[in-house]
Amino acid sequence: MIERDQVLHVARLARLRLTDDEVDRMAGEMSKILEHVEKMSELDLDGVEPTSHVVELQNVLREDAPRGSLPRAQALDPAPDVAQGGFRVPSPGQG
Amino acid sequence: MTDLLSLNAAAQAGLMRNGELSPREAFDFWRARAEEDELGAYLWVAEAAPEDVGDLPPVAVKDLFCVEGVPSTAGSRILEGYRPPYTATSVRNLQSAGAAVLGKTNQDEFAMGSSNENSGYGPVQNPWDRSRVPGGSSGGSAAAVAAGAAPWAIGTDTGGSIRQPAALCGIVGLKPTYGAVSRYGMIAFASSLDQCGPLTRDVTDAALLFRHLVGRDRCDSTSVEYPEPVRLPSAERLDGLSFGVWGLEEEGLDRAVADVIRGTLGTIEELGGAVEEIELPSARQGIAAYYVIAPAEASANLARYDGVRYGPRSGDGDLDAMYEQTRHDGFGDEVKRRIMIGTYALSSGYYEAYYGTAQKVRTRIAEDFRAAFKAVDFVVTPTSPTVAFELGERTADPLAMYLSDYFTVPMSLAGIAAVSIPAGLCDGLPVGLQIAGPAFSESRVLDAAHALEKAIGFEGVPRA
Amino acid sequence: MSITEPEARAYEPVIGLEIHVQLKTRTKMFCGCALSFGEEPNTRTCPICLGHPGTLPVANAEAVHFALMIAMAFECDIAPRSIFHRKNYFYPDLPKGYQISQYDMPLARNGRLGDVRIHRVHLEEDAAKLVHAGASGRIHGAQTSVVDFNRGGTPLVEIVTEPDLRSPAAAAEFGRLLQATLRRMGVSDVNMEEGSLRLDANVSIRPAGEATLGTKTELKNMNSFRFLERGLSAEIARQEELVRGGGEVEQETLHYDPQSGGLTALRTKEEAHDYRYFPEPDLVPIAPTEAMLERARAALPELPAARAERFERELELPGDTARLLSFRSELGDFFEEAIEAGDGDARSVANWVTNELPARIGGADPADTGVEPAALARLVAMVEAKEVSRSAAQEVLDVLVADGGDPRAVVDAKGLSRADTGELAEIVERAIASNQDAVDKVRAGKAQAIGAIVGAVMRETKGRADGGEVQRMIRERIGS
Ligand SMILES: [Mg+2]
Ligand SMILES: [Zn+2]
Repeated sequence: MIERDQVLHVARLARLRLTDDEVDRMAGEMSKILEHVEKMSELDLDGVEPTSHVVELQNVLREDAPRGSLPRAQALDPAPDVAQGGFRVPSPGQG
Repeated sequence: MTDLLSLNAAAQAGLMRNGELSPREAFDFWRARAEEDELGAYLWVAEAAPEDVGDLPPVAVKDLFCVEGVPSTAGSRILEGYRPPYTATSVRNLQSAGAAVLGKTNQDEFAMGSSNENSGYGPVQNPWDRSRVPGGSSGGSAAAVAAGAAPWAIGTDTGGSIRQPAALCGIVGLKPTYGAVSRYGMIAFASSLDQCGPLTRDVTDAALLFRHLVGRDRCDSTSVEYPEPVRLPSAERLDGLSFGVWGLEEEGLDRAVADVIRGTLGTIEELGGAVEEIELPSARQGIAAYYVIAPAEASANLARYDGVRYGPRSGDGDLDAMYEQTRHDGFGDEVKRRIMIGTYALSSGYYEAYYGTAQKVRTRIAEDFRAAFKAVDFVVTPTSPTVAFELGERTADPLAMYLSDYFTVPMSLAGIAAVSIPAGLCDGLPVGLQIAGPAFSESRVLDAAHALEKAIGFEGVPRA
Repeated sequence: MSITEPEARAYEPVIGLEIHVQLKTRTKMFCGCALSFGEEPNTRTCPICLGHPGTLPVANAEAVHFALMIAMAFECDIAPRSIFHRKNYFYPDLPKGYQISQYDMPLARNGRLGDVRIHRVHLEEDAAKLVHAGASGRIHGAQTSVVDFNRGGTPLVEIVTEPDLRSPAAAAEFGRLLQATLRRMGVSDVNMEEGSLRLDANVSIRPAGEATLGTKTELKNMNSFRFLERGLSAEIARQEELVRGGGEVEQETLHYDPQSGGLTALRTKEEAHDYRYFPEPDLVPIAPTEAMLERARAALPELPAARAERFERELELPGDTARLLSFRSELGDFFEEAIEAGDGDARSVANWVTNELPARIGGADPADTGVEPAALARLVAMVEAKEVSRSAAQEVLDVLVADGGDPRAVVDAKGLSRADTGELAEIVERAIASNQDAVDKVRAGKAQAIGAIVGAVMRETKGRADGGEVQRMIRERIGS
């Protein structure tokens, strides 16, 4: 069972604001989904290696050769707030 | 002009090569069809053919693919107005092969969904029955092709997102082997599972489009050189081939769907193929593992949507309020749900129980397939446990929706090739048969699918 | 309280360093943007390093090569297979919402530099730069910052030491050796002010002689070795005072302000450390092949510690001189070329290279000045052969540094060649004759009275005579 405070903690980690209603609904839905997910424990997985890549590749490396950058105007163009040639944000660590 | 609607894309390409059809004429025909679409399949339609349009029919592209200067939102409000400064490798490959971008198709937001109801820009209707879903997440691509609003299309498949909508719309959908097609420029959902593939009227078109998609891309570390030229299918018999059937006794499988599939198994035998039942002992846990791995990767992939460098921003005041409000307003419910599950599964103290375990289940499922392919050439299953369901039917029950991918998720976790072809109708709605083969066996899978397709003789275009 | 009280010396500091080194590749870690050196903001960016949707990282081969060289220089065990992880957190300087780094399978472990054990060496990408921009009307008068992504994605090697350092001075000394080593390898500019070498220190104290570790604090981003030393001293003093007063050290991250000498705690959030690491699915493992390892091995020059040891052993240089020649490898190179030229005793040449030369060229590379290594060697040989006095030779070196040339030519041109013995004997004779007072005093046992006679000789020879020899000649002549 996922409790409200766990939902709030996870939402905080994920930088997601949830309304009160959403918190309650999320607690119920996450509980149900995770209950299904826990079926995994029915398998005996002792000694099984985890798979994070299905393709067996290694050392895929790029030559250290410049490929050209975007003109600044193009880099900044899609941004919602631009100042002094950069992407403007509220300063971190302010309340 | 020839009625292009009656021709598959390969035949149209043939006419263009012979000079009997001008590429511009073909483009304009399909552009008009796309403009007329009333299913909600398109989010954007190209205004005109590009200068250098080549002799392949234009392609409808899932909104998930970045196309330079063209709205590319992955079906999400958080990318509203975003026009990428670059083009996805897969799209570029098609463009240089001669296929212009016809339009951007609707989809579940960030490919998270099995009904296309999770789009930030409205649902898509199934051309066979407009009160039903087209499947998802590549629902727009599937509906457009099925309704004759596109000659062919590309989509992406993470846990079934090409195969399931192809099945529900009565067309062909190929999920390639992981690594066969570059992911560069495909807006990421779950990086270790996402693959780009074709949604087409028939198997020949799927092979033709796939041929132009494959190849190692130096912008995608996980892409590989396709080991052999992709062959166009020609088989009409299945002699000497063995098919392992899985899943016909599964609880959630609709009886009538199972019956259509059983009929197809009979056709396989008539064509000289051998059919036997097989076990994939861990595949039953596929959905569970998938709904840990995919959300976990997605929770990281979607962290970049923060209102700083592109996309809309909301929230006044401090930095965290800006992040949290921007993401609250920009993401839909399903995306939030998956970000939450994924974040939870990776968070301190839970990683091993969820992510670690899921990666082990993944190993087991891959082993199951390896064992199966020692005994049989192909694994066949229903593509979807049911035919297209009613719009709104499953939106209140996320888990029920997740189970739509029951038969397609194991192949995604194993990274192998799988195609869905129409097997017939059930209550007037298409049923899909899934044929899976080992990694990089697309040519063989499509050849077998071709023989079956001919024998089944499914009539593709619905009267929508 | 007097510092001789045993209680005052009862604690020992335990220090470990975490070092971030920007690699001197041509391009960024995961994209083709050229590295930035003070260009206009956001002119070295692309869809990849801006974290645009759909972009993917591809690792820079040269960065891997440099990292392998570093791991080898530190005698690490190189992992047969290492992988990248995503380290997840939100910050405006982090375009993807995660940093691609290495976690439980780093490139290398278990190394050593000098007496300090290296815990691990791994590769990662740098964050962008956040610049304060003042208050903005658009965000309700709140303070704002602007992000410059030029630095974002620069390849970094992170080096973590074991907590083997026992004093601030030892930490700074280790830092200097590390800097000299990396500089010698040419893998980084290792410039602390410019941020291509960044140091964080973990420090705790414990009762001297005990093996347990106390609670440690972290000192962030020291931008010089001097400040590292001072910051550590201040933090150790703070911890001691706290513990003596019956308090407990809290685990926290501190910033040392070199201006005020004060330490301030950086704001920490309760979830700050839940980085949700997981294997980066967009990258494949690094499994160094024999060819990759061989290439890294072959690229390794003789490193400062080994060079210093060789100078001490083979050339019998004093330890300090040997270390200086190794830490400033340009001086070491100059020195080796000079003794290669054959003239001059190694110790004397070393002396001139480590004292006289830096006094004239400061921190510059002697290769960028006029003086040739062979010319300096010849000059030193001339001093040894007493063809020129030490003070005259210093004058010659001034000329060589400024204009180059051959020392003998300079000596001749300036008439600095040492007075010959016949000429000198005459001058000595005259000086004795005109300083009879002093002669009497010396004979009476007032040895220092000889200075007046020596001075007269030196004045007359304009410094071309050797002071020691002049003394000897006077003593001989007046029989004392
Ligand atoms: Mg680091
Ligand atoms: Zn870049």
